[in-house]
Amino acid sequence: MQNKKTWKATFQAFWYILPLFIIIGVFNIYPIIKSFAMAFYDDFNIFSGEIGGYGLTNFETLVSDEEFAEALMNTFVYVLFVTPISIILALAVAILLNNIKRLKPIFQSIYFLPFVTSTVAISIVWRWLYHSEYGLINYVLSLFGIDTINWLTNPDWAMPAAIIMAIWKSLGFNILLFLVGLNNIGKTYYDAAKIDGANAWQRFVNVTVPLLGPTIFLVSIISIINNFKVFDEIYALFNGQPGPSNSTITVVYYLYKKFYTEFDYGVASASGIVLFLIIFVITIVQIWFNKRFVHYR
Amino acid sequence: MEVRFNSVSMQYDENDKTVLKDMSFDIENHSLVSILGPSGCGKSTTLMLISGLLFPTDGQIFFDDKDVTKKDAVQRKVGMVFQNYALYPHLSVQDNIMFPLKMAGVNKKKRLEKAQELADLVQISEHLNKKPGQLSGGQQQRVAIARALAKEPSILLMDEPLSNLDAKLRTEMREEIRRIQKETGVTTVFVTHDQEEALSISDKVMVLNEGVIQQNSNPQQLYDDPDNLFVARFLGSPEMNIFEMEDIEDSLPQNISGRLKQQGAVLAGIRPESWIHTNSEEAVITGITERIEIVGKERKVSLVLESGQMVDIADVEINFREGDMVSFGTDISNMFFFDGDGNRVVTTDAE
Repeated sequence: MQNKKTWKATFQAFWYILPLFIIIGVFNIYPIIKSFAMAFYDDFNIFSGEIGGYGLTNFETLVSDEEFAEALMNTFVYVLFVTPISIILALAVAILLNNIKRLKPIFQSIYFLPFVTSTVAISIVWRWLYHSEYGLINYVLSLFGIDTINWLTNPDWAMPAAIIMAIWKSLGFNILLFLVGLNNIGKTYYDAAKIDGANAWQRFVNVTVPLLGPTIFLVSIISIINNFKVFDEIYALFNGQPGPSNSTITVVYYLYKKFYTEFDYGVASASGIVLFLIIFVITIVQIWFNKRFVHYR
Repeated sequence: MEVRFNSVSMQYDENDKTVLKDMSFDIENHSLVSILGPSGCGKSTTLMLISGLLFPTDGQIFFDDKDVTKKDAVQRKVGMVFQNYALYPHLSVQDNIMFPLKMAGVNKKKRLEKAQELADLVQISEHLNKKPGQLSGGQQQRVAIARALAKEPSILLMDEPLSNLDAKLRTEMREEIRRIQKETGVTTVFVTHDQEEALSISDKVMVLNEGVIQQNSNPQQLYDDPDNLFVARFLGSPEMNIFEMEDIEDSLPQNISGRLKQQGAVLAGIRPESWIHTNSEEAVITGITERIEIVGKERKVSLVLESGQMVDIADVEINFREGDMVSFGTDISNMFFFDGDGNRVVTTDAE
């Protein structure tokens, strides 16, 4: 092994990372820079490559576009429902899984399946489940005397349908992370809490939750970022449409539509930047919260 | 509170070996009792059974006259200090000490008062706002004791509380534990594998081996008057020297050795510190000194007998050198005799 930091050694090392560097450069770094730049183009001609000038026209278009406002609103609603419900359910399931002695690996695999299955395949199955006449969900609801719900064709029910599916899909990965976190909590803390007179709920609140803090933080950051980027769940569940009468359009769907069907690259890039800024701010708030309240061992 | 075990047995798994066998004992109110034994003897299990973190497979456990066998740890309300302290890492020292009180629904003002009082008792007051991670081992230990005492338990359990501390701190903390126990008068059960620890602070010591109580008596008696071979060898350092009866019976008065053999004695034990350097006529053993160790005020001589047996001799004046042939004798009152099962055989007075 050569340990000295010479120019020659650095140059040699450079060759090893070059292939990946090229790929990342072409497919990640360049597009990021380019899309930032494109957001500020005025009057851009994609075919000739002519740029009319730089300015904030694209952002002005966004602000005045009611569809974008709706997309933002829908995305926030989606994130606000999917993230907390998925985290709470995942934590509950993880704790139950952690407490059963037999068949644990089997249940773990079952819960993990949605995560490794393609979204399109999942969406096809859920389209059947949601089917207004033959769907299992409406059948079960009918047993409780609830009238048929047009999950996929009623604009009022389309978003709940997408949210329910997304929660189910995200469970597996979150459960996995929570199981790892739960296993890292020493059993003696629970013994000590029992000795100190804490009942099961008090042990959960005073031992499990605080000691699981780092995991909860990790899961919530990953979930929020992923949920803000929601696209394929909507696209596949509503057969390539943003829901009945545009009712489930999200920011990324809006971006996709501007880019691929309306060829309005500037506006598409600008919407991407708005989404980036939203996620950026929320992540900073989360990191601050994490520093302030989460205890690390 | 008095703790009573009534033929308690414990088995972790149906196919597993029995950890405790038919165990019965009494722990008196206000006393400090040590459970002493080698690792795997069931001493921690015994403690867990008292605490209610484990339940016996058989037998009953009583606190005073109350049968608590079926009650869990939350209901039994004992105090416990864990081997690794198990302080809640996310809570400050103060919150750690107050935790049991918070669980009991005591109001905040009282909790703070009590925490201050306990912090003073264990001398940790200046660290109240620190997190456990910022404390040294000895300080964590003190916090753990304060937390265990917070709800004023009638029993305090300690599971090898000193094993994570360095030698000097260990001596200091064991005196502290004794002081705190005396001041509060709480019945304390102290588990350890270290005989010095057990003997120095306990009112009573219970020696445990393979899930069976070997002897339950005061510390001095354990050393002076062991019930069996295990206790005799387990206590004392260096270990007691054990001889076959045939090898040393010549140095015993005939009537006594005859009676001993009649009673079934096959082994004789002599503590390293009871040897006296003698001339060869009064000698019980004669051999070549293989090693002389002098560490501070402690002296240890390793003697190799003709038979090849190694004998440890401690605390004698050294007026010989390695390689010398030396003889040692002892008074018959310093000899312990055991039968084939390892039980003590006691002679009536040498007439």
